[in-house]
Amino acid sequence: MNKFLGLFLLSALAAFAQTKTGDIDNGKRLFERNGCYQCHGHAGQGGLAGARLAQTKLPQVAFIAYVRNPSSGGMPPFRAKVMSDQDLADVYAYIKTFPEPRAAKDIPLLNP
Amino acid sequence: MDKPDESKNPVNRRGFLTGAAAGVAGLAATPPVLLAQQIALKPEAHAPAEVTSNQRPGSDFMVDVFKSLDIEYCAANPGSSFRGLQESFVNYGGNKNPEWLTCCHEESSVAMAHGYAKIEGKPMLIMAHGSVGLQHASMAIYNAYCDRAPVYVVLGNILDVNYRRGNPEWVHSVQDAAAMVRDYTKWDDTPVSLGHFAESAVRAYKIAMTPPTEPVVLVADGTLQEEPITEKNLRIPKLAMSSPPQGDSNAVAEAARLLVAAENPVIVAGRVARTPRGIDLLVELAETVGARVQDQRLRMNFPSAHPLYGHPGAAIATPNLSGYDVILGLEVQDFWGLTHKMTGLNKFGMESQPTTRPGAKIVSISAIELSHKSNYQDFGRYLEADLAITGDPEATLPELIEAVKKLITPDRRRAIAERSAKIAEANQRDRERDRELAAVAWDASPISTARLSAELWAQIKNEDWSLVSNDRFVSYWPTRLWNFSKPYHYIGAQGGAGIGYQAPAAVGAALANRKHGRLSVSIQGDGDLNYAPGVLWTAAHHRIPLLTVVHNNRAYHEERMYLTLLAAKYDRDPGTSDIGTALNGPNIDYASIAKGYGLYAEGPISDPQDLGPALKRALERVKNGEPALLDVVTQPR
Repeated sequence: MNKFLGLFLLSALAAFAQTKTGDIDNGKRLFERNGCYQCHGHAGQGGLAGARLAQTKLPQVAFIAYVRNPSSGGMPPFRAKVMSDQDLADVYAYIKTFPEPRAAKDIPLLNP
Repeated sequence: MDKPDESKNPVNRRGFLTGAAAGVAGLAATPPVLLAQQIALKPEAHAPAEVTSNQRPGSDFMVDVFKSLDIEYCAANPGSSFRGLQESFVNYGGNKNPEWLTCCHEESSVAMAHGYAKIEGKPMLIMAHGSVGLQHASMAIYNAYCDRAPVYVVLGNILDVNYRRGNPEWVHSVQDAAAMVRDYTKWDDTPVSLGHFAESAVRAYKIAMTPPTEPVVLVADGTLQEEPITEKNLRIPKLAMSSPPQGDSNAVAEAARLLVAAENPVIVAGRVARTPRGIDLLVELAETVGARVQDQRLRMNFPSAHPLYGHPGAAIATPNLSGYDVILGLEVQDFWGLTHKMTGLNKFGMESQPTTRPGAKIVSISAIELSHKSNYQDFGRYLEADLAITGDPEATLPELIEAVKKLITPDRRRAIAERSAKIAEANQRDRERDRELAAVAWDASPISTARLSAELWAQIKNEDWSLVSNDRFVSYWPTRLWNFSKPYHYIGAQGGAGIGYQAPAAVGAALANRKHGRLSVSIQGDGDLNYAPGVLWTAAHHRIPLLTVVHNNRAYHEERMYLTLLAAKYDRDPGTSDIGTALNGPNIDYASIAKGYGLYAEGPISDPQDLGPALKRALERVKNGEPALLDVVTQPR
């Protein structure tokens, strides 16, 4: 096992250890109340103002880390005073409930 | 024109007032108390006299002047300071060329003219009081100024104190009517005679139409309007249009050299195409040099399905220019902002850094250098261009294209072809990705803006359509999913980012489209519609066919996002952002409002399954020549 793979597995294990169980209902409430939907859409579809959240590939830990310190100039940092780690875990749990979209090829209006 | 025959009517208003003044002067030596008694004893001497005249008023001549300019419409909320012109337009001018349009707000009048100009390529008149009417109109004039749109503003005013009869005429009168908007109009004048009026009216048209095209103001004095024509040898000057300013040939040759030598040039298109030819020229330049075109969507500049079209998604606002070695900006809005990155609002302090790569050459072709003003800051931050060419892009492109063609060697031609093929591949990938993104939340309620745009496109794509609205607030989905190619397919945005523009601009653009038989559709923000919804009645009254699809996110949403951002920045409650921004509690029923103004309307529509059939029903009404409105409850962006 090379040292890089080891580090990766260690960090993944650490991430797993830190993963919290999210409350979907509270996550939905916070997603709407605290304005996440304003840029990312009520269905997490994204748009001009914000990235798509539906079907995010980010693990929970990375998601929380990003919200704490976003790289996008347009995204505000939501610190723990505003949304706790548990709050963000709840929001993450809610985001993961967004349904898998149909493929565009299966939607006649999206095929010229 | 006919000379007035004063002998037939000696009791004209000016003569009457002169006589009255002489009478009062004759009594001047009489003690005031006695004077009052005399007046009381002889009321008939000072009773208001009905002054009639069979002589033509000055406003008839003004109508002749405007007819000579081939102006189709005059939009106005009626006002006593230009009643003479209104009466002459209708009874002397036959209410045709210009035809009078009844507006419910001066801001609507101007924004209608703004939208009309961007379709028809020429101004229409708007009229307003020089004081209260212009105060209403001023934001819309600023929008037109920032958007380089020619709008012809005529202001009523009574300059001579002797002619102001009472309070309304005093409070409506102003010493220098155009002063209020001089910072954001190109030219104005206050003629003091009919001959002066004719010359300035023609000059105003010429100035408005010479790039950079911008609003102009002409004051029509109330006395000049209503007094009989007494001036001799009146004539209307010939309209002699100026050629648009073209870039210096040496500078254009240098721009061509840079473009041909570039390994990866890009063209940023701001307000490029003034005429249909502008689109063809930009296509020819892009294809000749093999450059991607990043369109700011301020005009219909470039076909959206062209393989060299830059990714139209979020990148419109902040395209990534880091990979290019030559950046050619054509009448770009905020060129500095496009080439620099500033500190986001979520961090303290303001810093900036270039987003272009070291050594990249920045070339600008712009006519706005010819029309700078100081007070309003629409000119943006100073751009350290490597080559700044003063001139109208459309007028300069033919020479630039020819210069480029002369410099292209077989080697460069091969490189250009290879580059163009790569851009086309990337364009295809972007379009496919956009379709996949549009599928996300396809069945969601509120309805996604992608779904709204796709449903509308399905209904209009086989028609001769015109989108008479900006699509920024719906994440540019029409640009990403539709096929924009003709000059009237798109009209851009407000210019000055002044809200209240969209609804009347759409009506004005639809008015211009009407005689061409085009199908006008507008995706209308709910917040914007609330500024002056009376323009819906204007559309109904004048039978202006237009489908208004309300993008109803029930908020002034842009500001709501800012409030959330700031609250989070300060570690405060972001859940308060609805205060002062949300348009709910109660929800506004736009369909009922529209019905009240006489439109066919449906809504609120929140189930995406209902949208397609509703669009079809509404468009049938529009195709029959009437306006219609659908209230669609949508996702925010």
